[in-house]
Amino acid sequence: MTHVSPADEGVHIAASSGAVSTVWVEEGSWFDRVPRSVAMAAIFVLGVGLWQLVVVTGIVSPIILPSPVETAEQIWFVGHNLLTGGYMLTSLWITMKEVFYGFVLAIVLGFTLGVIVGETAFGERALMPYLVAFDTMPKVAFAPLFIAWLGFGIESKVALATYIATFPIIVGTAAGLHAADENARMLFKTLGASRWQTLVKMKLPTGMPHFFTGLKIGSVGVMAGAITAEFLGGGKGFGELIRIASTNLHTARVFSLIIYLSLVGMLIFMAVVWAQKRFVFWQKSSAVMEH
Amino acid sequence: MERRVNAVPHETESAAQDARPIYVLTDVSKVFPKRNVHALDHINLTLREGSFSSVIGASGCGKSTLLKIMAGLQPPSEGSVMLDGRPVLGTRDDIGMMFQQATLFPWRTVIENVVLPIEIRDGKAAARAAHDQARELLGMAGLSKFAGAYPNELSGGMAQRAAICRMLVSKPSVLLLDEPFSALDELTRDFMNMELQRICMERNATVFLVTHSIPEAVILSDVVYVMSPRPGRFVEEVVVNLPRPRTLDMITTPRFGALVDRIRGHLEMGVLE
Ligand SMILES: Nc1ncnc2c1ncn2[C@@H]1O[C@H](COP(=O)(O)OP(=O)(O)O)[C@@H](O)[C@H]1O
Ligand SMILES: [Mg+2]
Repeated sequence: MTHVSPADEGVHIAASSGAVSTVWVEEGSWFDRVPRSVAMAAIFVLGVGLWQLVVVTGIVSPIILPSPVETAEQIWFVGHNLLTGGYMLTSLWITMKEVFYGFVLAIVLGFTLGVIVGETAFGERALMPYLVAFDTMPKVAFAPLFIAWLGFGIESKVALATYIATFPIIVGTAAGLHAADENARMLFKTLGASRWQTLVKMKLPTGMPHFFTGLKIGSVGVMAGAITAEFLGGGKGFGELIRIASTNLHTARVFSLIIYLSLVGMLIFMAVVWAQKRFVFWQKSSAVMEH
Repeated sequence: MERRVNAVPHETESAAQDARPIYVLTDVSKVFPKRNVHALDHINLTLREGSFSSVIGASGCGKSTLLKIMAGLQPPSEGSVMLDGRPVLGTRDDIGMMFQQATLFPWRTVIENVVLPIEIRDGKAAARAAHDQARELLGMAGLSKFAGAYPNELSGGMAQRAAICRMLVSKPSVLLLDEPFSALDELTRDFMNMELQRICMERNATVFLVTHSIPEAVILSDVVYVMSPRPGRFVEEVVVNLPRPRTLDMITTPRFGALVDRIRGHLEMGVLE
C-alpha cells in the first residue's frame, strides 16, 4: 500500500483521475458478517443433517434416536392435538398452572427473603447460612416428601417448582440491595431519608437489574421443578405424558413433547425479559444475553 | 493555622470577613481505628456567612473525611462541630452536599431528580408543588429543555448542573462540595466554576469546597486552606483578595500567579515533610 499524503500527490491524483475515493470501509471476516437469520438456519440444517446421518448409518437404534422425520411427524401430531383442544392441551394447561403458581410463589418468597437478607444484618448473618444450606440440598430428593405432604395434585409440583426457583431470586434481590454506590447512600443520608425511603426510593430501584437476573435464572428452574415432580409424583401434566411415552419407548414423542415444553419455557423467559425492558427502562444493554 | 497570609496586603478584606460565623469546628480529630489511620488532627475552622472557602491537599490527606464530619455523615473522634449555633450530631437539612459524581437516579427525570430532597422531606405532594421552583433552578442552570429528560441523555457537565439544582432546591444555608467538577474536562470545569460563583453570589450561600486544583481554589475562594497528609491538618490559610465577581482572565494576572505559587509552595512542603 502506497502512502499518499494529501498535501502533494493527492492534489495531483485528484486532478488527473477526477474521483479518487477517500472513503473506505473497515472489513471484518465474511464469517462474522453472515446475517443472523441465515446463520441460525445454517446451524439448524447442519444439526438436523448430522442427526439424519447418524440415523441413516444405523449405528444407533431408533428407540434411542428417532429420525428427524419421525420427530417432525410427532411435533405435528402433538401440535394438532394441542390446537384441537385434545387431552394434551389439558395436560399442558396443568403444567402451565404448576409453573405459573410456582413462579409467583417463588417471586413473592424470594423477594421477601431477599429484602430481609439484603437489608438487615440479622438476615445476612443469621438467615443466609440457613438459606444456603437449603439451596445446596439436592432439591429433587424432596419431591417424594412434597408428594407425601401435599398429595398427587398440583400442590406438590408447585412446591418443588417454588423450591428450585426461590434461591436465585433471593440472591438477585439481596445483591441488588447492595448495588447502590457510596455516593447514593451518602446523598440519601444527607437528605435525611428514613430507612424505608432509602429502601424504596433508592436501593430497590438500583437493584432492579439484579432482581431480574434472579428472575431469569428462577424462570428456568421453575419448569424443571414442575416436570421433575410430575415424573416422580404422577399427576396429569406434560411430565406425565413424557413419562408414559418414554415407558412405551416412544422416543420421537418424547422429543416432540420436550420441544413444546421448551417453547413454554422460552415464553416465560421472554415474559421476564419483556418485564425487565418495561420496568428497568433505563438499562440500555441487551436484556437477553446478560444473566 | 500557624500563620495567616495576606498575599496582597493593604487590600480591603471582603465583606465575608466581617459576617457572622456560621460553621465552627473546634479541635476536630478523626482516627480510623481499623488500620490506625490518623485522618484528621485538631482541625480548627470558622466559616463566615456568605463566604467561599476551599480546602486543598493531596489525595488521601483527609479532605473527604473532614467534609463528611462537617455534614454529620461521620462522627469526629474528638472535637466539636457547630453549625448555626447548634452542634452537628447527624445529617441536617440546612446542609447541601455535592460529590464528584452527579449521582442522578436514572429512573427519575431530571426534574424529578431535582425535587428529590423535597420529596424525601415533605412527601410527593410537596415535591409536585416544588416543580415550578425546580424549573426555575433548571432554567438558571441552562437545563430548561431537559426538565423532562432522563439523566442518561445528559452530558457530564449537564448532569453536574442538575446536581447543583438538586442541592439548591431545599434552600440549604451551607454548601459542602467534594471535588464536584473534577471528573469534567477543563473547559467545562472552568465554565462550571463561573456558574457556581454566580449562583453562590446570587444566594449569598456559604460554601466549603474540597478540591485538588490550585487554580480552581484560588479563582473561587475567599480563603484557601492548605492541608497536609498523615495526619491531616491545616498548614496554611491563604486569603484571596481578588475582587468579585472573579473572571477567567484573572488567571493570567500576576496576583493570581503569586497566590498559586504560594499555595503550591505549601503543598510541596507538606509532601516533603
Ligand atoms: N472508613 C474509613 N476507614 C478507614 N480508613 C479510612 C476511611 N475513610 C477514609 N480513610 C482513610 O483516611 C484517609 C483520608 O481519606 P479521605 O478523607 O478520603 O482523603 P481525601 O478525600 O483527601 O482524598 C485515607 O488514608 C483513607 O485511607
Ligand atoms: Mg476525597
